[in-house]
Amino acid sequence: MVLVLALGDLHNPHRAPDLPAKFKSMLVPGKIQHIICTGNLCNKEVHDYLKSLCPDLHITRGEYDEDARYPETKTLTIGQFKLGLCHGHQVVPWGDLDSLAMLQRQLDVDILVTGHTHQFKAYKHEGGVVINPGSATGAYSSITYDVNPSFVLMDIDGLRVVVYVYELIDGEVKVDKIDFKKTATTHA
Amino acid sequence: KIKYVRRTEENTTPASIQAKPAPSGTAHARSNSAPRRRRRGRPDPPHQAARMAAASAAKRMLPDGGADDEERWLAEGIAGVQQNAFYMHRALDSNNLKDALKYSAQMLSELRTSRLSPHKYYELYMRAFDEMRKLEMFFREETRRGSCSVVDLYELVQHAGNVLPRLYLLCTVGSVYIKSKEAPAKDVLKDLVEMCRGIQHPLRGLFLRSYLSQISRDKLPDIGSEYEGDADSINDAVEFVLQNFIEMNKLWVRMQHQGPVREKEKRGKERNELRDLVGKNLHVLSQIEGVDLDMYKETVLPRILEQVVNCKDDLAQFYLMDCIIQVFPDEYHLQTLETLLSAFPQLQPNVDIKTVLSALMDRLSNYAASSPEVLPEFLQVEAFAKFSNAIGKVIEAQPDMPVVGAVTLYVSLLTFTLRVHPDRLDYVDQVLGACVKKLSGKAKLEDSRATKQIVALLSAPLEKYSNIVTALELSNYPRVMDYLDNATTKVMAVVIIQSIMKNTTCISTSDKIEALFDLIKGLIKDMDGAQDDELDEEDFKEEQNSVARLIHMLHNDDHEEMLKILCTVQKHILQGGPKRLTFTVPSLVFSALKLVRRLQGQDGDVTGEDVPATPKKIFQILHQTIEALSCVPSPELALRLYLQCAEAANDCDLEPVAYEFFTQAFILYEEEIADSKAQITAIHLIIGTLQRMNIFGVENRDTLTHKTTGYSAKLLKKPDQCRAVYACSHLFWTDDQDGIMDGERVLLCLKRALRIANAAQQMANATRGSSGSVTLFIEILNKYLYFFEKGIPQITNTVIQDLIELIRTEKQSDNTVADPSTEAFFASTLRYIEFQKQKGGSIGEKYEQIKTT
Repeated sequence: MVLVLALGDLHNPHRAPDLPAKFKSMLVPGKIQHIICTGNLCNKEVHDYLKSLCPDLHITRGEYDEDARYPETKTLTIGQFKLGLCHGHQVVPWGDLDSLAMLQRQLDVDILVTGHTHQFKAYKHEGGVVINPGSATGAYSSITYDVNPSFVLMDIDGLRVVVYVYELIDGEVKVDKIDFKKTATTHA
Repeated sequence: KIKYVRRTEENTTPASIQAKPAPSGTAHARSNSAPRRRRRGRPDPPHQAARMAAASAAKRMLPDGGADDEERWLAEGIAGVQQNAFYMHRALDSNNLKDALKYSAQMLSELRTSRLSPHKYYELYMRAFDEMRKLEMFFREETRRGSCSVVDLYELVQHAGNVLPRLYLLCTVGSVYIKSKEAPAKDVLKDLVEMCRGIQHPLRGLFLRSYLSQISRDKLPDIGSEYEGDADSINDAVEFVLQNFIEMNKLWVRMQHQGPVREKEKRGKERNELRDLVGKNLHVLSQIEGVDLDMYKETVLPRILEQVVNCKDDLAQFYLMDCIIQVFPDEYHLQTLETLLSAFPQLQPNVDIKTVLSALMDRLSNYAASSPEVLPEFLQVEAFAKFSNAIGKVIEAQPDMPVVGAVTLYVSLLTFTLRVHPDRLDYVDQVLGACVKKLSGKAKLEDSRATKQIVALLSAPLEKYSNIVTALELSNYPRVMDYLDNATTKVMAVVIIQSIMKNTTCISTSDKIEALFDLIKGLIKDMDGAQDDELDEEDFKEEQNSVARLIHMLHNDDHEEMLKILCTVQKHILQGGPKRLTFTVPSLVFSALKLVRRLQGQDGDVTGEDVPATPKKIFQILHQTIEALSCVPSPELALRLYLQCAEAANDCDLEPVAYEFFTQAFILYEEEIADSKAQITAIHLIIGTLQRMNIFGVENRDTLTHKTTGYSAKLLKKPDQCRAVYACSHLFWTDDQDGIMDGERVLLCLKRALRIANAAQQMANATRGSSGSVTLFIEILNKYLYFFEKGIPQITNTVIQDLIELIRTEKQSDNTVADPSTEAFFASTLRYIEFQKQKGGSIGEKYEQIKTT
């Protein structure tokens, strides 16, 4: 069993002062094996904070990230799953599932994680999953109104992944769960 | 009845022997004629030879050293003590009282030396002290057995020839006397304390009286003690200790004025080592059961203070005031505050009053914090007013007190008032005001300790109230800050912001924000005379990020007030200069965009001229603000913000505004963004934003889409051109209701992308002899599939089939190296087609004709 934290679009400090305190108290070092961050952090303090939670940190570049070392896309393999990471502002129309599916095919991944829209989404799609963890700080978005802070925790176990969505709604953390099983036929 | 001997001074002939029973006179005469160095001619105690050898060895090494001499004198003294103690023990063992007295007196004579420093003298004294305990036990045994009455003993010891040994012996027997209860404790004590006047040499007197204090501690006629006497017993106990204290203090003070002037400093140090001997008396007083508040108020404190003030000695005043504060209980201090505080201005000008006074305030602050029940007491005695008053007087009385001293006093007073009167904000302001008064007329502080105290002074209210809004009400707060140097002003500003963030304080009126920006101005703009080169890049970033966060805490639900807030913030941050704007402008922009969105939620009738808070008005502010950023220059950030505004304007149905923002973004793109990577990101943002716009009329839309596709085709690298161009296809097809559905132009874009992909392929062939852009064709194929599903009539299954064949041909062309990721991409695309076929229904039907193998 491997825990993967997926989050992004913190836009700190441009759009939000900090992660919600309730999230911070849940995210403690030592529990998470990998962090994947879609981008728009947007400063080094956030980077360092994530690094302190888990040293295995994967970040792609959002359009407000100044750090040029972050790549546009990234793929990694965790257990039996191949994951793809991309901020998503490069995929027009923004947040469009069919366009993201093309990226998923291009990166040839089981799970594609993107951000940019600040809206949590998780689709099962062509035998894969497309996830948007939303904005961890609930930052303003021109695309989504009334953004709630949210992040995603993936529990990867063999051919199964359970996606937990943590969403802060009116000061309370709400958790949702989506189950996904990979069929052996997905990839040759 | 007690029989006693009076001597005016040690080592003098008995000029005035009181008309009292006989034995003392003869004793005196005999002892006076005794030789000074008695141990000569007597057998050496076992270890004396060794001592002598060591001493002479030391002497060889350091022939003239004063310290060396002193060591030797001490060694001799100790040897004398040990030797006589040796004989005393032998006499004690054989119950020979006479010899015991003789040798004990000789032993004590060693304490008559004037050659030792206090430190060494103490060592000698302790040796003798230990021996005296044994003698005391012997006396007690003797009297218990009845072989000698304590009254007789009391008389007998007075036969000792020298006054110092005689008084030590007298005190020792006196202790036994009190214990025997054959005379009232008060009489014996009174006698002893009077007799000790016989020693006026400061060092010897101090130790003798310390001995008296030591042996009498557990024998005071205290209330409830077994030695309690008649009704006034407690007065006698207190009187005894007070008298001993006063005499000791006099001796202690006198010490300073003896000896050569050049050794003054050394004497001060030596005296400091002796201070606890004097202070011990105050400790004893505090332990006396019978000293209740009344007693303390009426007798003890006034008498002590009288002595402290009158002795006019810096060291004694400082130490004893501190001692009083430490040893007596808090509630006593509170109830005698006026008396106690009245002593402070009377102290010598060099006394470090601030430390003592601070200690008192800190103690009482802690007392107040210990229990809410004691708070009414503080109010009743008007503690704040008294302290405030006393500090004023002290500062007035000591005009030379350094600033740090005065500020330290105010810090203590502030701590005190915050704990005792948390509801009295006016007190806090009063303290700050008093501090400003003290600082006024001075330049900015350069003393780092004083600065530190000011920071403490300013931080205290923030910590206490956890709410900056409270501090903003303190009119003297910014006035105190004005005295800080630039660097510290910044530190303080960061502290203020941290306090706001930690407590998530929302600041909700423009007046308060104005006041807040005044406090943190050190972070907002360049201060006069600040040197930029000294700035640490990381620190600067952190500071500016904290300002950016702060902007999110400036908020009001009322739209009009929020608009005012935005204007205030804008006014301040635009003064920040190029380095700060990139940090602060985005926060302001998004804060404003949030307000736009709130207004947008209202009904549409908000365009009247008399309503100030309209989206239009805010867009004007936004325009100005971002414009400042593009002058910095920070064109990439400005372009992003313009696009955000364009989208917001779109949502507000403000076509001209949205068009203007796009225009600004395009100008920046054309004129300022030169880096090819930056261009790629910018073009994708432009396409992405424009794709979402739905308010543009045909003409405006055509202008913008035309420009955008133009930029796309002019990117530096062919693959980037190709990707941007096929992304542009989405500008002509949107899924919304009455969205744009221009299949013709979609197809034009895709065909153009194909041509670029071809060109890229040929270029790769020509230059590197390899392909590498097959993936572009697959990407384009995917786009064809996308629009095929959308139902664009121009895109048929034949077109798609041709494209698949083209890709196959390209892949198989001789000079193409198989790339696994390209293979995977193509395979997953074909798999997708199969997947869609199997879906059945209209989609399945559409895909039916396409062959994937």
